Amino acid sequence: MKNLINFFKSFLLLELLKGMTVTGKYFFARHITIEYPEEKTPQSFRFRGLHAQRRYPNGEERCIACKLCEAVCPAMAIKIEVAERADGSRRTTQYDIDLTKCIFCGFCEESCPVDAIVETRVYEYHGENRGDLYYTKEMLLANGANHEAQIALDRAADAKYR
Amino acid sequence: MINIEIDGIKIQTENGATVIEAAHLAGIAIPHFCYHKKLSIAANCRMCLVQVEKAPKPLPACATPVAEGMKVFTHSEQAVKAQKGVMEFLLVNHPLDCPICDQGGECMLQDMSVGYGGGNSRYHEEKRVVLGKDLGPLVSAEEMSRCINCTRCVRFLQEVAGQMELGQAFRGEHAEVMSFVSGTINSELSGNVIDLCPVGALTSKPFRYKARSWELSRRRSVSAHDSLGSGLAVHTKNNRVLRVLPIENEAINECWLSDKDRFAYEGLNSSERLTKPMIKKDGQWQEVPWQVALEFAANGMRHLANGAGAEQIGALATANSTLEELYLLQKMMRGIGSDNVDFRLRQSDFSTDGKQQGAPWLGMSIADVGQADRLLIVGSFLRKDHPVLAARIRRAVRKGAQANIIHSADDDLLMPLANKAIVAPDAIVETLAQIAKAVAAKQTDGIAGSLSSGQRVVVLLGNFAQQHPQAAQIQALAQQIAAATNGKFGFLGEAANSVGGYLAQATPSAKGLNAASMLAAPRKAYLLLNVEAELDCANPQQAIAAMQAADLVIALSAYKHHATEYADVLLPIAPYLETSGTFVSCEGRVQSFKGAVKPQGEARPAWKVLRVLGNLLKVEGFEFDSSEAVRDEAIGGMDIAAKLNNASPATAQSAIPTPQSSGLQRVSDVPIYATDAVVRRSAPLQATADAALPQVWLHSDELKKLGVQAGETVNVSQGQGSVKLLAAADDKLPKGVVRVATGHAATAALGAMFGTISVERA
Repeated sequence: MKNLINFFKSFLLLELLKGMTVTGKYFFARHITIEYPEEKTPQSFRFRGLHAQRRYPNGEERCIACKLCEAVCPAMAIKIEVAERADGSRRTTQYDIDLTKCIFCGFCEESCPVDAIVETRVYEYHGENRGDLYYTKEMLLANGANHEAQIALDRAADAKYR
Repeated sequence: MINIEIDGIKIQTENGATVIEAAHLAGIAIPHFCYHKKLSIAANCRMCLVQVEKAPKPLPACATPVAEGMKVFTHSEQAVKAQKGVMEFLLVNHPLDCPICDQGGECMLQDMSVGYGGGNSRYHEEKRVVLGKDLGPLVSAEEMSRCINCTRCVRFLQEVAGQMELGQAFRGEHAEVMSFVSGTINSELSGNVIDLCPVGALTSKPFRYKARSWELSRRRSVSAHDSLGSGLAVHTKNNRVLRVLPIENEAINECWLSDKDRFAYEGLNSSERLTKPMIKKDGQWQEVPWQVALEFAANGMRHLANGAGAEQIGALATANSTLEELYLLQKMMRGIGSDNVDFRLRQSDFSTDGKQQGAPWLGMSIADVGQADRLLIVGSFLRKDHPVLAARIRRAVRKGAQANIIHSADDDLLMPLANKAIVAPDAIVETLAQIAKAVAAKQTDGIAGSLSSGQRVVVLLGNFAQQHPQAAQIQALAQQIAAATNGKFGFLGEAANSVGGYLAQATPSAKGLNAASMLAAPRKAYLLLNVEAELDCANPQQAIAAMQAADLVIALSAYKHHATEYADVLLPIAPYLETSGTFVSCEGRVQSFKGAVKPQGEARPAWKVLRVLGNLLKVEGFEFDSSEAVRDEAIGGMDIAAKLNNASPATAQSAIPTPQSSGLQRVSDVPIYATDAVVRRSAPLQATADAALPQVWLHSDELKKLGVQAGETVNVSQGQGSVKLLAAADDKLPKGVVRVATGHAATAALGAMFGTISVERA
């Protein structure tokens, strides 16, 4: 009996039709493939991409060298040196993030008491040499300056969940 | 004993103990801020509130004495509510600046807040602001808004340091801690308030913003700067010493540390550090490889030993050198046939050499000093020479002990003295002899009376007495007084290895020359270990002359200093904290330590340098590969206690010299921050009031006689040298005495620490 059913099934190409039904369904459905780089996926305001150091609107850098991000970093990717600035405030003389070590967990951002170190939506960056992904304070501040508008919007959007 | 119950745990405790003491003994933590076991009870932070059965309100555990059958609850609803409430009040005015606070990570308030506080603040009003204070170069009080008014600092300075240099002014919300005696804190123990401050109000100025507590590696070490052997917790980062904290040891330094021990590390990073071996060629200093410098030194010594004779070579070391260094130095010198080796550079009377039955030491444990009920301190700038020991004596005096002093200067010891005899240096022996006689005659007044009425008498000889030209007589008389009063007798000791040097045999035997005669009868060659000849010797004038006349001076030094003017080769060695070694403290405690950081540049530990020099000179038995091996050879298996003996024959007191009648005599102290090479280069210490330029102190009558006003420049001359210094009046000095510091560059042109000196208008 079982053999008879199998015979008819293969004879009538039922399996093939079943498979074609699935293919046909996706053929007419809405496409979800993104044509990167012409097209891009939407991002959350919590997206954790390239790091940036922010400044206050008056131009003063936010970072006060508390070293919490350095302490919390599970990959030990952050290196900070501190000194007293001429005006007596506590500032970094060195703030490096090694992005080859970074695992983009976002702990640095979360631990920062002054929202100085943030992860931006930028994920399109690369380095051709190993050292290229070693971001210094100047590079991070430049990132901040380039993306401040978006960073500020994202922080504002996230504020109510904090 | 009293039985109480804390959190259901039954505890037996002494009558009179407080609840917090009992709890801590039983290992139960009670949160607190103002309570400190070494300070009086203030009970003003209210953090230690606990519930006590039958008490209507929670009670402060630090101020509640235990009572039989008492039942205490530290975690009951009432106690927790009280603690939470207190915490909230403390945080009302505490700024939220933990991220920039140096105390962050080691802050009691942070810890207690996590443990006992609420999660959120209900306070949205303005916080109070307290302006920062300038307390001097050591303690930073920039952020006094952080103060929670526990008054630990105030109580410490008043009770332990002896002078209330900080106080709490104003009331209620306006209460703030400020200095009012002087602008800055000048106590030599001031650094301890940094440790005591439970929050970040008082922090270390040299350490400001240097590092976070969690980044630092902690290494154990021993202080090199006085004879106590205080334990140091050396905090390092990136091969740099960033701060030094005390290691608590009841038997030595309790939980305190003098500023000298605490801030001397800054001298390690001085720009004067010698980091490469140097040779003087045709009058020019050249940096050379180690091999070249060592061979130069060894060849020079060998040449001299073969030619002029080994006895023409003298070796001088400071008492801050480690036991290993001193041992290798003497072994090398004796190996090449010279017996001229000494470490007692500031001593001038060596007449007990060979007669002394053992190494002079404290004669008792440091704890015994604190247990004494009658003390006689002879010739000591106690507060400046032994700050932590002075604090111990101060506490004994507060508890009822009587302290007596015989000295040539009347510096305020910040403790009440029963009797004092302030006499000229040449009258000290006579004064002591009178007291010895009075003790024998059972007099009931004065120093003799005070000593005879005691049960635990302690007679201590300070650095001044040890450096005195009649030190042997002073020793014999002091010993006699101690024996007559059934007391203990000992030397306070000048530096970390004042006892260790004897154990390392770094003193000349009968045929060798001691430090003074090595300089008085100049040698053709000198080997200097750690020594700055112009600052470390009893007679700088003589020392410099001897160095300049010598054919060869080999200086093992951590710093480029005046040696560049007279030395021929400079070998960079590692100062304390960079080398391993051993110090034997004044009480005979042998403490070995390892280097906390690596030596800077090409500097090497001195024991290694001496080992290689020994090898190059082909001295037998120089095959050490660790400082431990050197130590084991030097004192391994030695019965240290049997080697310590203050007894010396009593013959020295035969002729008591009569004090001279004419002329001025010099009294010289080694200023607290001029005692050794590292301290002299510690920038924060050199910025303190204690490190001010030396002045010429005279009784105002003497000033009048000279026709000089205080504040005027005077010419001070001694021997061939003279210096210009400011005159100052000190009416507590005996007449006929001029007090001029030694060990300081400004007075290095003068002669011996004792003896005649002349002062005239400039």
